[in-house]
Amino acid sequence: MDFASASQHLIEVIYLIASILFILSLKWMSSPVTARRGVLAGEIGMLLAIAGTLLHRGIVDYKWIFIALVLGTIIGIPLGKVQMTAVPQRTALSHAFGSLCVTLVGTAEFYLRSPDVPPFMMAVLSMEVILGSLTFTGSLMAAGKLQEVLPQRPITYKGQNFVNLSLLAASVLIAAYLVIHPEAKMLFPLIVIVPLFFGVMMVIPIGGADMPTVISLLNSYAGLSAAAMGFVLNSKLLIIAGALDGSSGFILSVIMSKAMNRSFTNVLFGAFGQVQAAAAGTVEEKTVRSASAEEAAGILAAANKVVIVPGYGMAVAQAQHKVRELYDALTKRGVDVKFAIHPVAGRMPGHMNVLLAEADIPYDRLLDMDEINGDFPQTDVALIIGANDVTNPAARTDASSPIFGMPILDVDKARTVMVIKRGMSPGFAGIDNPLYYLDKTLMLFGDAKGFVGNIVRELSGGGAHG
Amino acid sequence: MSANVLDNLFVFMLAGFIGFDVIRKISPLLHTPLMSLTNALDAIAVVGAIILVGEHKSTLATILGTIAVVAATINIVGGFIITDRMLRMFKSSRPGKA
Repeated sequence: MDFASASQHLIEVIYLIASILFILSLKWMSSPVTARRGVLAGEIGMLLAIAGTLLHRGIVDYKWIFIALVLGTIIGIPLGKVQMTAVPQRTALSHAFGSLCVTLVGTAEFYLRSPDVPPFMMAVLSMEVILGSLTFTGSLMAAGKLQEVLPQRPITYKGQNFVNLSLLAASVLIAAYLVIHPEAKMLFPLIVIVPLFFGVMMVIPIGGADMPTVISLLNSYAGLSAAAMGFVLNSKLLIIAGALDGSSGFILSVIMSKAMNRSFTNVLFGAFGQVQAAAAGTVEEKTVRSASAEEAAGILAAANKVVIVPGYGMAVAQAQHKVRELYDALTKRGVDVKFAIHPVAGRMPGHMNVLLAEADIPYDRLLDMDEINGDFPQTDVALIIGANDVTNPAARTDASSPIFGMPILDVDKARTVMVIKRGMSPGFAGIDNPLYYLDKTLMLFGDAKGFVGNIVRELSGGGAHG
Repeated sequence: MSANVLDNLFVFMLAGFIGFDVIRKISPLLHTPLMSLTNALDAIAVVGAIILVGEHKSTLATILGTIAVVAATINIVGGFIITDRMLRMFKSSRPGKA
């Protein structure tokens, strides 16, 4: 065996080890106890793979590689240090970077190989570039909406679905032509430009509350385009990483759309917020009971079991640290406090858990919907902070409601329900919530952070009758 | 279809099954760090970009490859840092457990 082929074998072995480490990395993510080991495994796998690649005998010039690695590191570090509330837009942005990389490599490979591209190769290369391009602009749009530099409300117009489907169909047709005629270099830019445009058009009709599904879907596309790139470059390591990322994104999208009671096509072609806004006008006047912070503190202090239901409103009001103080004050009095997390609470899958963990609330107190729903009948107080539609009992009972069938947290089964809310305005979906008019419901009107702070003060000041 | 392509399809199929099975077992608690981790791992695409830059077969390939390496490195570095930061925040209320 000569030196060149020996080093080639060494690289393949290193890639094999990296693949094993990547799979272990995800396996260890299954529990918070082993998850950090998972990150370490991923880091070692990545370092090995990059180091191995640098041994590649075809590499004649290292200068630009190192400049790019250093530049990427310099930009990457601050992006790893964003605030936890900004994690969704950071994630969307990273999907954009990932798909940019894949699209650029695919484009370069085409121009290096054309016209000598076998049909299967051209087909996966087209898939790589089409998925990569639409994920790039789609993710940038999603990041813009999440960062609120773009309007969060869905933008819809007549014939939108027709325009979008035509753009997609056009990209696929051009790709099909290229499969038969890979020498048509002039056409190639079209399977980049048309999907770039499609990515923008795909995301503009999607509203803020659908972001968890969209981010997951874009995650899946980014993974699939990387796997396609693995086929083009004949790299099994890349195929494995892409397949893992693609299936992860796909599973998360399924979970998210189930939690929203929507299908994929409905999220992509539905423009939910727009449709629902029309239903908002028909709210009749009903009476609600409200209470002060002092009364709320009294009821909470007298309870045995309290379940707190945080929604994105809590994160917007930056109330999670006050909520932690409330958790401490109640736990100290012997009250059993748990948190009920709906799958779509927050702006991306699992976002609410991260926000509460940041406020130092122990993770074994954070229960997901299936785990906690059986507990509500034995719960004395369900305290809802900044959540609305995910607590709406109409989803269970009212077949005419637009959210009918959506899985919700059964807070109405608790003995007392308290809702901290700024006013009586409907939630994102624009639907009235019958929960607020129940006899057992107390509305606590005010800003989430301020109101929770007042309750904590009442509890610690001894003003409550504990 | 060449033998290589078929090999690769087998690998893709098996990795897809492993991915589905492993990821389904991950608690919703960790879905955000999961996404940032898979995102960092996905940036393994950097290996393809590095070879593209290093082989220097055309000016276009070197330019596109260099931008691609930058983009992927951003995801590797940023993705691992933020995943670890998030996971460090998850603490149990039971003493003795990390």
